[in-house]
Amino acid sequence: MSPAVAARTQVGAPPPILAATGLSARYGHVEALHGVDLHIGEGELVAVLGPNGAGKSTLLRAIMGLSVNSGEVRFRGDVLPRSDAVAVASRGIVLVPEGRGLFAPMSVSDNLELGAYRLRDKAEFNRRRERVLTLFPRLKERLGQAAGSMSGGEQQMLALGRALMAGPKLLLLDEPSLGLAPRVTGEILETLGLLNREGLAIVLVEQKAPLALELASRVYLLSLGRIVAELDPRDITSHDDLAQHYFA
Amino acid sequence: MTISPSITSPERRPFRLVGLLPWLFAAVVVGYAMVVGGYAATVVSFALIYAVFVTGLNLFMGFAAQVSFGQNAFAAIGGYGSAVLTATYGWSPLPAMVFGIAAAVLAAAIVGFPALRLKGHYLAMGTLAIGLITYEITVEWQSVTQGYLGISGIPPFGIGSWEVTSDRGQLVMLSLVVAACAFAAARIRRSRFGRALSAVAGSEEAATALGIDVSRYKLMAFLLSAGFAALAGSLFVHVVGYVSPEVFGLHMVIVTFTMLYVGGIGTVAGPLVGALIVSLLPETFRAFKDYQDLAYGAALILLLIYAPRGLASLFAPRGRS
Repeated sequence: MSPAVAARTQVGAPPPILAATGLSARYGHVEALHGVDLHIGEGELVAVLGPNGAGKSTLLRAIMGLSVNSGEVRFRGDVLPRSDAVAVASRGIVLVPEGRGLFAPMSVSDNLELGAYRLRDKAEFNRRRERVLTLFPRLKERLGQAAGSMSGGEQQMLALGRALMAGPKLLLLDEPSLGLAPRVTGEILETLGLLNREGLAIVLVEQKAPLALELASRVYLLSLGRIVAELDPRDITSHDDLAQHYFA
Repeated sequence: MTISPSITSPERRPFRLVGLLPWLFAAVVVGYAMVVGGYAATVVSFALIYAVFVTGLNLFMGFAAQVSFGQNAFAAIGGYGSAVLTATYGWSPLPAMVFGIAAAVLAAAIVGFPALRLKGHYLAMGTLAIGLITYEITVEWQSVTQGYLGISGIPPFGIGSWEVTSDRGQLVMLSLVVAACAFAAARIRRSRFGRALSAVAGSEEAATALGIDVSRYKLMAFLLSAGFAALAGSLFVHVVGYVSPEVFGLHMVIVTFTMLYVGGIGTVAGPLVGALIVSLLPETFRAFKDYQDLAYGAALILLLIYAPRGLASLFAPRGRS
């Protein structure tokens, strides 16, 4: 841990919204995540970087309770039930999974509605919906259209919009830039930056490091299922820096 | 409660009338049977009973995208429940029917709780076993079911002193029941519960991550489906007046699957259209004599080639299947 990061996490850092200790996850007999410790501050945007197969998606799934886990995850101090995604979701942790997980044959409007599935307050529902459609005006034009028939960028906007409908307190994003044109990626990351500045805590998993580094206040490097470094993005000046950490 | 902003894009409008075509077709077929009576009325009556069963099957397989080869078990519980309670114990049909349905739903809850942990092929095999076991019980539990002999002398359906005995009376009664079932399916589809089922059908993992309790909704769909199956089983024994194990055997599984896919899985009108078409097709090919089965098979293949998502989906509004 670099001195700068250590200083910030001890003194000026916000209290953690999420703290994982010894978090491991397995698929069948294969353990893909080995005793990860991490913390996310209130209102913080943290990037998780790492090469293919490092366990980045597994980490998000483990936090969400979608995998078979061991270890402990605390959300605002409370221990989250293990491997119970419904319970985790009900606390306000929302995952936009790899590949977006949209309901392709359903309309944009229905997808958004399902995002707010747990919400029963109609006024709040309308407020969130209005907010999402303001953030992503393009979704407004396509409300009746089947989600699967839209472009990749629009689908990513919908995935993000659907997550926001859930009223997240912590947003977990798995490679939102995957398969998107650079311009569209830029738009989406800009929106993420905006949400974060408004106080939303975000964990951003990315392959495209430069994009994530622009937004993140801290970076975890994941390799072979372990966190190998915690960095201040300002300390990373070149791609070689990152590569060194990967292979250190 | 539903949160329904009801956004209807203008281009959906013209499909509204077309969407009525499957219902119109069903009405014409039932009307024809009503006028002609006799054999035609019997064939259509059976088709309507199957429609109730397939409507239930569709809740589980179409709306929630699960698989069950064992819904015949619940039809058997409903059917035998009605048969034994009325013929042997002298209950009147309505309480016997209610009891049979309740027993089937209870059985579905007991079986479904562990079985629904299975997925895909495993769920299919598991449910198939449920149907086979129930069949064996209806054969072997002779003191109650009278084995292969079956139970005869089951009274026609009725409430109090009012009994449905005529062909046409039965057609009217069954049409009303089918209409009520289709209405229920349509309401379920548009409800919060229905949307949750669509989400489960779309992606269990994404649904879970949105806080939708996937296993609970699967079980609820399974129970509802079992209830419809038991209702169909009970209607059958009261209409025919006789029941034997063969009625709810493997044949029923195959026929009802064909109906579901020909009619249109996941649609509201599909089960009724499928039940009518699959029941009527062999009859219309009677003139082919020895080649009847061949013509029937060829017709099914053509249907599945040109309407792979079922006949009703041809008339469904776009974007909603």
